[in-house]
Amino acid sequence: MTNAAFTRRSLIKHGLLMASASVAIPAFLDRSALAMGEMLGDLSSVPGVPDEHVLVVVQMSGGNDGLNTVVPAFSPEYYRLRQGIAIADKEALSLDKKQGIGLHPALTGVKDLFDAGLVSLIQGVGYPNPNRSHFKSMDVWHTADVTATGNGWLGRYFDAECCGEGKGESGTPESNSQAGPPGIAIGRTAPLAMEGGVIKPVAFEDPSLFKWSAGEMDKNLASAYDELNRRDDMIAGGAVPSKKKQTNAEFLVRTSLDAQVSSDLIRKAVAKKPVTTFPQTDLGRQLSMVASMIKAGLKTRVYYTSFGSFDTHAGQGGTNGRHAQLLKQFGDAMKAFYTELKAQGNDSRVMTMNFSEFGRRVGQNASQGTDHGTAAPMMLFGPMVRAGVMNEHPSMRDLDEGDLKFTMDFRNVYAGVLGQWLKADANKVLDGKFKAMDVLKG
Amino acid sequence: MQVVKNKSTDDAAPREDEITPSLLPIRREDFGYTQARHLLWRAGFGGTDAQINKLVSWGPDKSVDTLLGFVDAAKRGGTGEFDPIKPDQFDKDIMRPLTEDERREQRRAQQAQDEDTLAKFREERQSRERLDRTQVGEMQKWWLTRMIETRHPMQEKLTLFWHGHFATNYRTIENSYHMFMQNQLLRNEAAGNFGVMLAGIIRDPAMIAYLDNNDSRKGQANENLAREIMELFALGLGNYSEDDIKEGAKALTGYTFEDDTFVFRKTNHDNSAKNILGQTGTWDGDDFVKIILSKKACARYIMRRMYHFLVADVPPDERGGDKNLDGAQQKVLRELGDMLYSRKYNLQPVLRRLLLSKHFYDETIMGQQIKSPVQLVVGAVRSLNTPVRDLTILNDALDLMGQRIFFPPSVKGWDGGRTWMNTSTLFVRQNILAFLIAGKKPQGFDASANTDRFDTDALFAGVPEDSLVAKRDPAAVAMHLLKLSLGSAPDHGVAALQAFMKSRENKIDQDTLTGCLLLITAMPEYQLC
Repeated sequence: MTNAAFTRRSLIKHGLLMASASVAIPAFLDRSALAMGEMLGDLSSVPGVPDEHVLVVVQMSGGNDGLNTVVPAFSPEYYRLRQGIAIADKEALSLDKKQGIGLHPALTGVKDLFDAGLVSLIQGVGYPNPNRSHFKSMDVWHTADVTATGNGWLGRYFDAECCGEGKGESGTPESNSQAGPPGIAIGRTAPLAMEGGVIKPVAFEDPSLFKWSAGEMDKNLASAYDELNRRDDMIAGGAVPSKKKQTNAEFLVRTSLDAQVSSDLIRKAVAKKPVTTFPQTDLGRQLSMVASMIKAGLKTRVYYTSFGSFDTHAGQGGTNGRHAQLLKQFGDAMKAFYTELKAQGNDSRVMTMNFSEFGRRVGQNASQGTDHGTAAPMMLFGPMVRAGVMNEHPSMRDLDEGDLKFTMDFRNVYAGVLGQWLKADANKVLDGKFKAMDVLKG
Repeated sequence: MQVVKNKSTDDAAPREDEITPSLLPIRREDFGYTQARHLLWRAGFGGTDAQINKLVSWGPDKSVDTLLGFVDAAKRGGTGEFDPIKPDQFDKDIMRPLTEDERREQRRAQQAQDEDTLAKFREERQSRERLDRTQVGEMQKWWLTRMIETRHPMQEKLTLFWHGHFATNYRTIENSYHMFMQNQLLRNEAAGNFGVMLAGIIRDPAMIAYLDNNDSRKGQANENLAREIMELFALGLGNYSEDDIKEGAKALTGYTFEDDTFVFRKTNHDNSAKNILGQTGTWDGDDFVKIILSKKACARYIMRRMYHFLVADVPPDERGGDKNLDGAQQKVLRELGDMLYSRKYNLQPVLRRLLLSKHFYDETIMGQQIKSPVQLVVGAVRSLNTPVRDLTILNDALDLMGQRIFFPPSVKGWDGGRTWMNTSTLFVRQNILAFLIAGKKPQGFDASANTDRFDTDALFAGVPEDSLVAKRDPAAVAMHLLKLSLGSAPDHGVAALQAFMKSRENKIDQDTLTGCLLLITAMPEYQLC
């Protein structure tokens, strides 16, 4: 049994890389990925920092109340319809005096970043005929398709880039200067957004569980396990013409290979803690791991984090309370994240995009909470973003059965992020023409 | 309308020349270890070496009839004579509605703004909800245990199929006893009559609550149940129109429940004439079901879903159709669908035909299905005889692997196939096997690791007592263990196991065999059956 069972040469020999236009073995499957894993040092100074662009997604699950996140202090309707949970004008952290809007007072972290010119706040984002089911609306955002069908938008981006068809800079088979899977999601399952037809994301919740547990029982077991899972003999015997024709057995060998390689790289990367102290919260922990992976130089292009639940139907609170705590978790973690990235010298490589599946209704309900609504603000972070408040706040008077009318389709934002930041063909990835919002500094 | 007869019809078998060749029965001499093993995995949750050899000695007919024997057992005594389900298995009153007295008391408190009493009602409600969540956890363990221990594995396997087909999520209905009742309905008709099952589903409190039919009344028909019956439960996309859904929803108005009992509320029922799938009349919900059953598309759709679960997990094409299946598969499906129709939706004879067919044992079918998480866990215990160790941990692992029973992700159930697998779930799959076999946890060991050791002797139950070679020769041991666990002994597996045994100086003891099993169950091939 050969040890170097999955060298690039052996993959090419069996016709896998040759067929890369349709099959595409991502670069991180290359044997050199492992070798690089050993060499990855701290990339802490600018000269050593690679210039590849990274996107980090922070998903607020459950439907974040946009109106108590970016407070429309200008609106008497807001105070009339939200007696009990509204944020007073004087409490809000003022963003734009002229528009009369401010941030929830728990978002001091975001305010600091905003003042430093690292935040683009996009108001009134939504989509036509909004769906109020968590499940469905989340799928709409993940697929970038109002019928909520098909692969994820980031998965389609990986598919397009990996196969040499896209013009972007990620994961082409020949670029192997660094290592790492194209997409990493933190969580027990990978989000639909990252599911491609060809490329599958790597997902893990706790890095200590992201490995074969029996390996530590006996070193002979561990080495035999490596032999059994790092091989291409099952794929041998001819090219795999397309993903449809790939047998389940071949698919499983691929998945095992992905898992083994990613496991080594990721555990090694997150073992080195960032120099910045992150808050001991769910999101703080996730972004701390992302910072470590970025520092370790993984070639990963998209990291996906999510936290919640923002489904505040009852007892949502105002300046204090459940929603305030969630927002504080968000703001504090984001601030630590960019502080760390700056210390690493990686801040200009990393854009963060924040969203939730919907906002909440304008009027509060009888339980001092809010029910599922529609449009809400999105935020982009990083020194490269067009900083400031973008787009108008949706009208507080012209409502659609008690809900805000969206003024920006989220796919215009996606198109900007894909085209301008990830240098991908947004029309191809989004399967349609969406006018790209200008997301970068002019 | 008289479309469905509950009575089982046992027509004479069709003449051989009328059957698609691949549906002709497998010959007894072609039914060996691999085929018997395959049958046990697909029609159940796998079997031990001894069980596989038993089936080989029986031949295909007796094997299949034994596996399907639960249908007759169920006819004789409820859910099967070997595994009686006690009526008081679970508490049916945890989520009972308030009594008349309690409701009066609550109303009085509301009018008098008696906050203390109202708080008492709230607390009582919350404590019941907590109890009920505990009970649904017990129910998960109960079903898991049943799947592990039952003498009728196919009954539980098919119940699991129907649970994914008529997917209902406890989280939405928050009534564990209703989940239990639905589970019984699915088990009773698991290989019985689909028509009876569908008629039962529109009267099933869990389903009625899950798809909001309890809010459906004349003039305000809720279309949820009618839509899902047409789209997911019985017909499939392309076999009905939006108008059929609207009219079907009217037919289902007034179908609701009270406590644990189905109720037809005449006053809420829309008695007007409806046109459903081309037939006009003052149809009610039962007529709606009969009209659907009268369509051949229904029988074909059900067969397709069962085929997907039992035979080949080829995902449906974008329109929900069969385009991803090859020509032979489409032919098999068409014929079996038509057979289900002509047998008036009795499943047993159709399943028998399928499980005996050459097609079922085709090389492109055997060993090509990705095990569902339940299949993986229950199958490991049943085929390798591992200790169960801790049902709570097994349940948590099922959740991590994406199959939390009684909590399917949506009304579509579980997509299955490749969607089970990603890098994360792969490690959970490997690690739960290490837990079952060796008591290994991600950190340290389970308390049972030493007290409840994996009995490696049982792995050789089918090997003759005096065959020292098979038990002592490393190559022979490797071949045997691989064939038992994977159905075949690939070269790389034999080599890796031999290398491992050699590292232990070829001492083939309990520890070495345990190590071999840990390795085999961590091979990509182990995810298949």
